[in-house]
Amino acid sequence: MSSETDQHAYLPRDRDWQPPALAPAYKTSVARSPRQALLAFPTTLSEESGPVFGHSMLGPRDHDLLHNFAGDGASAIGPRIVVHGQLRDQSGRAVPDALIEVWQANAGGRYRHHNETYIAPLDPNFGGCGRCFTDANGHYEFYSVHPGAYPWPNGPNSWRPAHIHFSVFGPAFAQRLITQMYFEGDPLIWKCPIVTAIPTRQGVDSLIAKLDLDATLPMDSLGYRFDIVLRGQQQTSFENRSEGL
Amino acid sequence: MAKLPPELHESPSQTAGPYVHIGLTPIFSGIDGVFEEDPGSRMINADTLGQRISVSGCVYDGNEAPLADALIEIWQADAAGLYPSPREDRGSADPNFGGWGRCPADLATGEFRFDTIKPGSLADTDGSRAAPHITVWIVARGINIGLHTRLYFGDETEANAADPILSSIVARERIDTLMARSEGEGRYRFDIHLQGPHETIFFDI
Repeated sequence: MSSETDQHAYLPRDRDWQPPALAPAYKTSVARSPRQALLAFPTTLSEESGPVFGHSMLGPRDHDLLHNFAGDGASAIGPRIVVHGQLRDQSGRAVPDALIEVWQANAGGRYRHHNETYIAPLDPNFGGCGRCFTDANGHYEFYSVHPGAYPWPNGPNSWRPAHIHFSVFGPAFAQRLITQMYFEGDPLIWKCPIVTAIPTRQGVDSLIAKLDLDATLPMDSLGYRFDIVLRGQQQTSFENRSEGL
Repeated sequence: MAKLPPELHESPSQTAGPYVHIGLTPIFSGIDGVFEEDPGSRMINADTLGQRISVSGCVYDGNEAPLADALIEIWQADAAGLYPSPREDRGSADPNFGGWGRCPADLATGEFRFDTIKPGSLADTDGSRAAPHITVWIVARGINIGLHTRLYFGDETEANAADPILSSIVARERIDTLMARSEGEGRYRFDIHLQGPHETIFFDI
């Protein structure tokens, strides 16, 4: 392996930190989880590279779920929120220009989707999708409504905690990540087998957005802060020495 | 140069869930008027260099049932084997090729299809040469963390035999799960099995 490759190699995923593929309490994972060991090898250019998205793909309301599906002069119904945070890699470096895509249920817990059967009504002014790029410091921000909790057919009385789905691209395809953001104080979080598939309490806590009054827009929207960490590249003491001197 | 432990944990993954289409392919899911097009739905244009191919397939669960709610992304080099990424330092990739595609499985049949070009092969800076391949990433309800694998081309016998990753696989009988089968005229078939006797080799990368 050349030094060139080593310099760009990504840290292996910490499989003791990530949820396992098979989490029997989350029933759908039983038939959808690989049984064989994964094939491990150092990342190559195929995983250390990744797609580039131009900011020009964004429309002016892509980050505004309150209005991006709404009719003229209308807006989505529900508690208004602004969600923001910083995207970093495991070495703590900000990840700029990263595409973040989000999707969620409306304030009543209803998704706008063919396969959705929950009795809560659709909001004619809420689509449920949005996207944004991180800025030069890795910060992102979008506007929406607080999604509702909803029932799902896992057990006889299973309810998902309120959540927003996040899809994140880093510069390397090895960093590709989909996760969910939960809301501080929601008692359903610890009852959800999708959440508790995460092996540690610290890991779960890292997906719970904190109420952020500093980001709150007075008389407009409550602020929540959700920081995200992507896989990082292997650091060596040599590379970091300048910081210590 | 001692390796240092990372300062931070990666954010834990969570399933993309059954409604992944709302966020990643909203037009496919019937949400019109928000985005102009579904990202990754168009990989090539008239000026893209290389042999046009299609890759079709289906993701199957442990009961051999097709996943009708999976979403598949692919990432690949251009016809010369160059990645359209700042990380590429061996040359300039085809400006008419973005290298990335995203396709939701059909909501009834689970079939997916990518219209792309056949990736080339170019020696890496360390002299090793990978066979032409496409990185494949699968998410769905019930999949807690996205599954990575690679598609190789079954008709690239010589290049596959020299590929460093394929050569490293001890379970030789499973290599076939990484091979897209040629169905003629640039059409390839690549089925993905999450479990069972034909379980696809998934990568921890």
